[in-house]
Amino acid sequence: MTLSLLFQHIVNALSLGSLYALIAIGYTMVYGILRLINFAHGDIFMLGAYVAFYGITLVSLPWWAALLVSIVFTAFFGVGLERVAYKPLRDSPRISIMISAIGASFLLESLGVLIFGGRPKGVPVPDVLSRVIHFGSVSMVTISLIIPLFTFALLGVLLWIVNKTKTGMAMRAVSTDIEAARLMAVDVNKIVSFTFGIGSLLAAFGGIMWSFKYPQLNPLMGVMPGLKCFIAAVIGGIGSIGGAVLGGFLLGIIEIMMVAFLPTLSGYRDAFAFILLIVVLLVKPTGLLGKRQAEKV
Amino acid sequence: MNAVTQKKTIALPRNRLYSIIAIVAFILFAFIADRFFDAFTLRVFNLCAIYIVLALSLNLLNGFTGLFSLGHAGFMAVGAYVSALLTMSPQLKDMNYFLVPIVPWLHNVTIPFLPALIIAGLVAALVGFLIGAPVLRLRDDYLAIATLGFGEIIRVLITNAQPITNGAQGLKGLPRFSTTFAVWAVAGLMILFMVLLMRSSYGRAMKAVRDDELAAEAMGINVFRVKVTSFTVSSFWAGVGGALLGHMITTIDPKMFTFMLTFNILLIVVLGGIGSISGSVISAVVVTILMEALRFLDEPMNLVIFKTEGMPGLRMVVFSILLMVMIIYRQRGLMGNEEFSWDMLRGLFVKKGRKGGDHV
Repeated sequence: MTLSLLFQHIVNALSLGSLYALIAIGYTMVYGILRLINFAHGDIFMLGAYVAFYGITLVSLPWWAALLVSIVFTAFFGVGLERVAYKPLRDSPRISIMISAIGASFLLESLGVLIFGGRPKGVPVPDVLSRVIHFGSVSMVTISLIIPLFTFALLGVLLWIVNKTKTGMAMRAVSTDIEAARLMAVDVNKIVSFTFGIGSLLAAFGGIMWSFKYPQLNPLMGVMPGLKCFIAAVIGGIGSIGGAVLGGFLLGIIEIMMVAFLPTLSGYRDAFAFILLIVVLLVKPTGLLGKRQAEKV
Repeated sequence: MNAVTQKKTIALPRNRLYSIIAIVAFILFAFIADRFFDAFTLRVFNLCAIYIVLALSLNLLNGFTGLFSLGHAGFMAVGAYVSALLTMSPQLKDMNYFLVPIVPWLHNVTIPFLPALIIAGLVAALVGFLIGAPVLRLRDDYLAIATLGFGEIIRVLITNAQPITNGAQGLKGLPRFSTTFAVWAVAGLMILFMVLLMRSSYGRAMKAVRDDELAAEAMGINVFRVKVTSFTVSSFWAGVGGALLGHMITTIDPKMFTFMLTFNILLIVVLGGIGSISGSVISAVVVTILMEALRFLDEPMNLVIFKTEGMPGLRMVVFSILLMVMIIYRQRGLMGNEEFSWDMLRGLFVKKGRKGGDHV
């Protein structure tokens, strides 16, 4: 393996890891607050990519405008989804709300097939993002560089919101103890909506970037990334944003490197994440950065 | 949550008579169906039986033991493949394995359907046991995601083990063993098994674990063993159901056994009532018929006033909404965790439905 090829793999791994991290954050924040695996999160990711696609092709918006419109739309969609499908079940057994999430996920997928069509669609990648740049013997596509850069910028903003603002403090309060937070005059519904909004926004951004990097759309494109990113969140320690980022990068890097160095195993690429998940759950159920939680009886 | 205070119905001779009449009527109906139904209707009728088996096996976990498992399709795949490989003739195998030859020790094996079906169940049970032993230490949603993961892993393994399973090409031309008699006999056996199991101490232990794990443990129940047993038994029946499905469709491939299949079964269990045998039976019949009856939604329609293009996906939209509406507005499903009885029917008098799982 030449050095330039290795470099290319590293860049690819970083951009895949960034995308995983963006989606994993949505899982981890929702789980942290509602203790819910939002199965529909992967489909929100799909929705974001499609909305941007139609923005570019149907309305012929410039790509950045389509991206903004899609992100805003998807964020509101995520908030609406929570209102309709999860809020009525907030006090029900956890399994009920999970079944509702599974239903929501299938609903979005089949709506996707119904509205967008089941056939894959090719994405017109803007020239700025598909340009190939050369560093000596290493050549790479701009999108692979832009993804990690944007991811880190977004992460910075997110961490600032969570750690420095009042809303962020309320989010942390709700995630620690929803009842106590309510007693402290935190508007829990607003915080939950806000969390879903942010999670969906990041997922939409991830989806759009994903569609520029792997330029093909289909209504089931969110299923596998969705599951893998949930796994990434669990590996990193669910409920912790840093953990989700760590898990996302870890998963992305391992996946790319596995395919690069052990091509015979590439057929097992999708199974690998699940094996990793089970190992982590059995050895360290709280994940790498998760806090130890006392089992409530 | 008060499953322990199960109603002890005094077996009125009249009620028993009704049950016998219902069962005999159903058997007659099955004979008539087998003789006179056209191929498609008969297929739907038999599919109902298979879904009864599958729904009950999932309900044993989700409803009666309180273990939320999403890996059912994986065990079905194991059963379907084992039974297919055991019953296909060597010539048929040669026809299927044209890319990579089949491993020699499987090439010449051909055994009758019944032992193959049992072995299929046993292998699925073994896989279930091996997976369950580590995974059942997890709870609630973690268990769900881990079983979902194992379901996917099984599928990926089947796709990649080409010399054994023929990989992504799948297997074609499976012997058509799933006759009306075979599938309904298995379904009847499954219903009987579940009813007897729930009356036995094992069944009560499972319900105790579902209702309160700590209390169950305090009463001297080995919680972990109950969970593993339930998981293994459920996998057995999932394997049997998968094998029946394979021999009915006569074509199997890894793509058939995705999470989508588990979703269908979960839908049946939730609609019927999580923790109700008769609920699952009725719901399996209704959902299977609906799934087929609503197929027209995906196809082009001619509604006199206006024509629609084919709308693939609409059928699943309907079912997803059905599931969500049910879980949000009527969590107990059709039957909650109660069972059908003639007295209940008398209370409703107009409502149809019977224990054998006939027309509803």
